[in-house]
Amino acid sequence: MTTEYENKGHTAVADTDDVVLEVSDLSVTFPSDDGPLPAVRQVSYKVRRGEALGIVGESGSGKSVTSMAIMGLLPRNAKVEGSARLLGREIIGLDDKRISEVRGQRIAMIFQDPLTSLNPVYTVGYQIAEAVHAHRKVSRKEALARALELLEIVGIPSPEQRLKQYPHELSGGMRQRVVIAIAMANDPDVIIADEPTTALDVTVQAQVLDALQRARRETGAALVLITHDLGVVAGQVDRVGVMYAGRIMEMGSVEEVFYRPRMPYALGLLGSLPRLDGDRGDRLTPILGAPPSLRDLPSGCGFAPRCPMARDRCHEEEPRLLLVEEGEERRPAGEGEVDLHSAACHFSEELIEVDATDLFKVTSVDTEGAESVAEVERAEALVSEARDGYLDEDGAAETADTSAEPEILLRADHLVKHFPIRSKGLLRRKVGAVQAVSGVSLDLRERETLALVGESGCGKSTTARLLLNLIRLTSGEVSYRGRPIQGLSDRRMRPLRKDLQLVFQDPFASLDPRMTVTDIIAEPMRIHGSGRQDAGRRVKELLELVGLNPEHGSRYPHEFSGGQRQRIGVARALSLNPKVLVLDEPVSALDVSIQAGVINLLEDLQDELGLSYLFVSHDLSVVKHIADRVAVMYLGGIVETATTEQLFSAPAHPYTQALISAIPLPDPVKERTRERIIVTGDIPSPADPPSGCRFRTRCPKFAGELSEAERTKCVEEPPELRDRGTGHQDACHYSQAVELI
Amino acid sequence: MSENGMSKSARRDPAKKRKKSSADQTQLQTILIRFSRHRPAMISLVLLGIIALFAFLGPFLWTWDHTVYKEIPSNQPPSGTHPLGTSAAGHDVLGQLMRGAQQTLKVAFTVSLLSTAFGSVWGATAGYYGGRVDAFMMRVVDIFLIVPLLVAAAAIAGNSGAGTSWSAIALIISIFSWATIARVVRGVVLSLREQEFVEAARASGASAPWIILRHLLPNAAGPIIVAATLLVAVAILAEAGMSFLGLGIQLPDISLGQMIGSARTAVSTRPWLFYPPGVLLVLICLTINFIGDGLRDALDPRQTRVRR
Repeated sequence: MTTEYENKGHTAVADTDDVVLEVSDLSVTFPSDDGPLPAVRQVSYKVRRGEALGIVGESGSGKSVTSMAIMGLLPRNAKVEGSARLLGREIIGLDDKRISEVRGQRIAMIFQDPLTSLNPVYTVGYQIAEAVHAHRKVSRKEALARALELLEIVGIPSPEQRLKQYPHELSGGMRQRVVIAIAMANDPDVIIADEPTTALDVTVQAQVLDALQRARRETGAALVLITHDLGVVAGQVDRVGVMYAGRIMEMGSVEEVFYRPRMPYALGLLGSLPRLDGDRGDRLTPILGAPPSLRDLPSGCGFAPRCPMARDRCHEEEPRLLLVEEGEERRPAGEGEVDLHSAACHFSEELIEVDATDLFKVTSVDTEGAESVAEVERAEALVSEARDGYLDEDGAAETADTSAEPEILLRADHLVKHFPIRSKGLLRRKVGAVQAVSGVSLDLRERETLALVGESGCGKSTTARLLLNLIRLTSGEVSYRGRPIQGLSDRRMRPLRKDLQLVFQDPFASLDPRMTVTDIIAEPMRIHGSGRQDAGRRVKELLELVGLNPEHGSRYPHEFSGGQRQRIGVARALSLNPKVLVLDEPVSALDVSIQAGVINLLEDLQDELGLSYLFVSHDLSVVKHIADRVAVMYLGGIVETATTEQLFSAPAHPYTQALISAIPLPDPVKERTRERIIVTGDIPSPADPPSGCRFRTRCPKFAGELSEAERTKCVEEPPELRDRGTGHQDACHYSQAVELI
Repeated sequence: MSENGMSKSARRDPAKKRKKSSADQTQLQTILIRFSRHRPAMISLVLLGIIALFAFLGPFLWTWDHTVYKEIPSNQPPSGTHPLGTSAAGHDVLGQLMRGAQQTLKVAFTVSLLSTAFGSVWGATAGYYGGRVDAFMMRVVDIFLIVPLLVAAAAIAGNSGAGTSWSAIALIISIFSWATIARVVRGVVLSLREQEFVEAARASGASAPWIILRHLLPNAAGPIIVAATLLVAVAILAEAGMSFLGLGIQLPDISLGQMIGSARTAVSTRPWLFYPPGVLLVLICLTINFIGDGLRDALDPRQTRVRR
């Protein structure tokens, strides 16, 4: 089902004046013990019938609070000022009964977590029918008929059966589509979707976004899409507003904002994003500092403390959101000028033709704690010193012979891991097995980054832990430098642990909250018998090496922010001079502007210390940026492996193709014109995988192109990984390379 | 100008900002400050301190100890020479009360320390290993939990003749009270061991004892300390019960429980024999429970705000 993507959702709006939602000077303040917290400040925007408006921003920028205020869903103590007019009618400050008439009927909301926004004790059909009943006097039968119709629109297969099911019987993507169906039940004029796909895998995200666009077309409603994902915004909306520190900093058509940003923050965000359509050599540019605390907002422009071009005026006077159309005077957008590009920056004109790398500094040191470029430079000097010191002590990294074929450090051969499912009760008999990993083979060479990619539940993290002998194999072989390590006792494994280290996804759970940073980083050395003083000295060096202030060693983890904590995790992993780092989703919990610095750090460390990385991730953009080779996993097995070049330029397995085309590109034109390969359905349960090829239940090729005889082969015969020449391997009987980017 | 710069920089660096409020304190100091703001706990701590001074220093200062004196007249109500009156056999009740409180406190704190130390290691080990080890260790815990403490302790004390010294009694009570601690700690450890920092330690080659002692137990400290303070009260009541049954500390030595037991027939006729040890016993149990509350609040890491 290879289809040329037609941009049906992206409709040009004929009637430019048909504004359905007009928000003007909306401010929300939460009272707190430390004084008022201004979460949203003077936000204004208009949305026209049938139009899609995106609101992007990092966590804490106030993007969700804005929509909660419009819906009247904020707690009573929140102070809401300004106005929001729906079809000309003011809805801020309506009493509960009145706003209830508006909610659901005229304006509907879709939340992030489909698990909690559906009631687990009612059937899906009942809940949709309930939404219909709430605003219309119809019979039960009519309401159910409407529910059925709605499920069809959002693309849920066999909707009659689904009506009778309970939420827990549906997958996450399916539940989110039910939520969309409920939102469109009464043909609302505005649908507000708050991070509707953040909790979902990319292939499922594509399905849900598709359902959302269909809902929009069907109801003719305006869509306000709130997200942190610039890629989603690029493909799904007509206009976009960028929020920062409670204000809209830039507003305009997606093309304008993405190609010609006129506010340094938007430019910085785009520059800090690893891109699927970028080159591996491109360096990312993190934004200095961290978003300001609402409690203590800077006096002038909210972004000024982090802005590389900030001057005195920026610290004194808060810029207003003004038009930036070329040749025109800077003034607020007028009545009919909804489409025009405006930015809240005193020096917008200086950003014309400016690239993120011109403005922001490419660096790998911790920018969150830094206050000025000078401080970053000082930290960089420390880092390079520390790296020299590190190399002196550990000569091994330098001895690497570049002329010879790089040595294979870590090798896995047909790894299998089954987790038993046990019956409840006293005997706990084994009643089945979750086949988390079934037959994974891979090699990791010296100084190489091998990425292990897949959606949640594909077994990539389990594979990483099997390689480190942290969990017991069911069968298969793992060897480090030719020496088998599977089944080694903890004691015999200990010397090898020095060489094989792990960095975790969650920077909050991976550091013991009751230990100081020094103790945390020193722990591996203490385990391996270093004295307290030796370890202490080295901790300082390591802190410098990862770009942190070495004097912060006596602090506790909770005093650091996410990116800084992730750096602490890296420092701990480096403390024993490892050869191999296994990185389990090391940046997926971080905001993009911070993620960039950590990615840069990992790249620098690899170059200078000669490390090998096994990089486990679900994010293909990051993988493309950092990896030399990629292995794509699906339901416990590797379906394709190749160099990064090969894999992204000519993916051969239908799953890889679907995965690549499901990643939204942060580029409006490319995102809307690219060829797409769409998969349907959800990942089957690993406790009961399909026979033959495990991907066949979702495979677009299997569903659309293959003949009956060819399909039989897919059902009966599991495909092996086969070389397509030049080391590019895929596990598909009928693979065919396609160019997608 | 420079001051302005300072405040700006503090604003931008969350770590630095917090430094001013809490980072200069060690975690221990933070806990102490939080505890000191918990009013009932602080009052209780002072009160318990006074009771301890009374019990341990009092006997050196007071004329009479807990033994029988010929010169003490029997059955005297409180008077100048005997502020809490005298017993039928010729004891000074104040002297008895001091000694009794001392023995009771010694038993209670020993029990609390012994069973907490053993129980938390047992529970953490079971929770960390899981599986069959856990199943076996927790069945042992179940056995100790279902045997009623008082009956079992009484049986052992009655048959071994060990019931005369306070340390033997403390040991016997400990044997039957560590199981509750083990169960609490296992529950906490079951969730802690899934945390990534435990896996990080394993990936660095840490042994099981290392992980249990350095990661699991410190992180379970909150519930452990709370359970330990509750055990103090349990031990006091158990000892009182045993003494009441005549199986605990034997005359001429005395404990609060024993005093109450022997005065039970005299509540209305000679109230000075019953109320002082009774009130003291209740007071010790109450103060310790309040201190437990205060510690639990102070140690809870989710409580970021210092109580006012």
